[in-house]
Amino acid sequence: MNTISETRQKSLLYLENVSVSFDGFKALNSLSFVVEPGELRAIIGPNGAGKTTMMDIITGKTRPDTGTVLFEDAIDLTKKDEADIAQLGIGRKFQKPTVFESHTVWDNLELALNRSRGVFATLFYTLSPEDKARIEEILETIRMTHRKNEYAANLSHGQKQWLEIGMLLAQEPKLLLVDEPVAGMTDAETAETAVLLKEIAKTRSVVVVEHDMGFIRELGVKVTCLAEGSVLAEGSIDFVSNDPKVIENYLGR
Amino acid sequence: MISGFVFRALEGRIVAAVGILLGIGILVPALNLLTPPDSALHIPTYAMSLFGKYLCYALLALALDLVWGYCGILSLGHGAFFALGGYAMGMYLMRQIGPRGVYGNPILPDFMVFLNYKELPWFWHGFDWFVFAMAMVIVVPGLLAFIFGWFAFRSRVNGVYLSIITQAMTYALLLAFFRNDMGFGGNNGLTDFKDILGFSVQADGTRAVLFFMSALMLSLCLILASAIVRSKFGKVLVGVRDAESRVRFLGFRVENIKLFTFVVSAMMAGIAGALFVPQVGIINPGEFAPANSIEVVVWTAVGGRGTLIGPIIGAILVNGGKSFFTGAFPEIWLFALGGLFIAVTLFLPKGIVGTIQHGFKARKALKAAADAEKGRGDAAAVAQAQAAE
Repeated sequence: MNTISETRQKSLLYLENVSVSFDGFKALNSLSFVVEPGELRAIIGPNGAGKTTMMDIITGKTRPDTGTVLFEDAIDLTKKDEADIAQLGIGRKFQKPTVFESHTVWDNLELALNRSRGVFATLFYTLSPEDKARIEEILETIRMTHRKNEYAANLSHGQKQWLEIGMLLAQEPKLLLVDEPVAGMTDAETAETAVLLKEIAKTRSVVVVEHDMGFIRELGVKVTCLAEGSVLAEGSIDFVSNDPKVIENYLGR
Repeated sequence: MISGFVFRALEGRIVAAVGILLGIGILVPALNLLTPPDSALHIPTYAMSLFGKYLCYALLALALDLVWGYCGILSLGHGAFFALGGYAMGMYLMRQIGPRGVYGNPILPDFMVFLNYKELPWFWHGFDWFVFAMAMVIVVPGLLAFIFGWFAFRSRVNGVYLSIITQAMTYALLLAFFRNDMGFGGNNGLTDFKDILGFSVQADGTRAVLFFMSALMLSLCLILASAIVRSKFGKVLVGVRDAESRVRFLGFRVENIKLFTFVVSAMMAGIAGALFVPQVGIINPGEFAPANSIEVVVWTAVGGRGTLIGPIIGAILVNGGKSFFTGAFPEIWLFALGGLFIAVTLFLPKGIVGTIQHGFKARKALKAAADAEKGRGDAAAVAQAQAAE
């Protein structure tokens, strides 16, 4: 058994006793949660369990009332804002696909590319051969090379989800937070997304929030079940789905 | 780097627009100066100054479009930046009057003598120097925009709340400039100008140069706006307009992006105001009126927001229409204008230029689809022919 300090040292993301309440409602109740480098993790839980709030705290959108949030055991994320945290290497995919609809697929990826993001750097930016190659590589990964000149507004729901994942890849994050990636997708699209996420997780840590139990089974990774703002159970999908507390709080309903 | 920035700006439509603007900028003064007054081709000076005024409005509308059409910041206070640029020019022109004022005071403008000022207020110093005054034309609006934007964008004031505080800003300035002890001429503002750089403001030649300068500055700002919009920064701007949080989570500092654009836009508005004042001969607090700023929004919407040519066309058309209606049907002109706005909002929600562009795109898409269909048909025919052989 690891001691706490060892766990912390090894972690990429470390949350300890994080609490936050909105108007008296405790959205997170001393939540502790650790992600290791290179890990793919799934998070399940009923509505209002605090999944999205947890992501808000990690990405700097919400500040916790109490608790520790550390990135790479050194950086206190509660002191940073969204842009800082994104530049540190934490990417976030929203529940509703959020891409730049009036830009082409290519431009969406070009904007997301991990390059200097200052006003003057972007004003005088020209596409270098390396950047071009990188965008083409990402287009291959998300299987959208044939639609690179299409406006994002014209993409199907599933393609928008993939484009957004592609944009996160362009950001070259160390940790990727993905909120309900397969909501509204067809079965075929869901299966392809599972393959895509597993591929991505080879080179970085990924945390997936999802309701689709079939999809999580397909991912075949460690699962954390949240309820009422804290961790209810953690382990393999079979272990978690047989836990009586999980059945009562989430699956059973 | 810089050359790439400028080169990107010179896309076909922009080059054509700049060509037309500069053509007008040369042709109109030439027809005014070189033809005899009884010639059919003669353009009277009042008409030239009137059109020069439209060009200044067009530049103001372009400035607004940069923040509203591309960055999604609906400023209802751009008239304030325009008026501040105008006041900076007005202060220069006041200092040029010298001892020719009614009271003959070589230092103090007439209104200061009238209000018992003993000496020139500190903020009037330097304005007798043209270069300094011209610097103030862009520095003062830029500084106000910077301070305002710094607080507003950092505290993430968005949407209608931001619009309301921009409106409040221009209203506050209106009230401040109305006061006599502000030192800007109070209610009457600054007027009775004599010279600019030693040339009489009333002379046809000076008016012609001012007209050309208006066309030139509008062209230069159009190229600058095009360069900004077409750069990667411009794409980020549109991103901020359409999905601000996505831009933030990609690691961009949205507040800096907005601040830069807002300041550049305010400076353009200041230049427009500075060119406006010598052509109409007066600047008074009325230019800060909230209704003025709202009108700019209307011109931009009529022409087509989010297009660079649209606001220019919108400003010229609406103001031209206003001049025409007030002359032709003085009783109903307000109704005609109101009707025009309603019609555009109902039938052309993208504005004139936006609708035309949309039409072109739709036709192109249709044509491409038809070609593809035809191509497939041909391919099928060829395949059949080959099979037959």
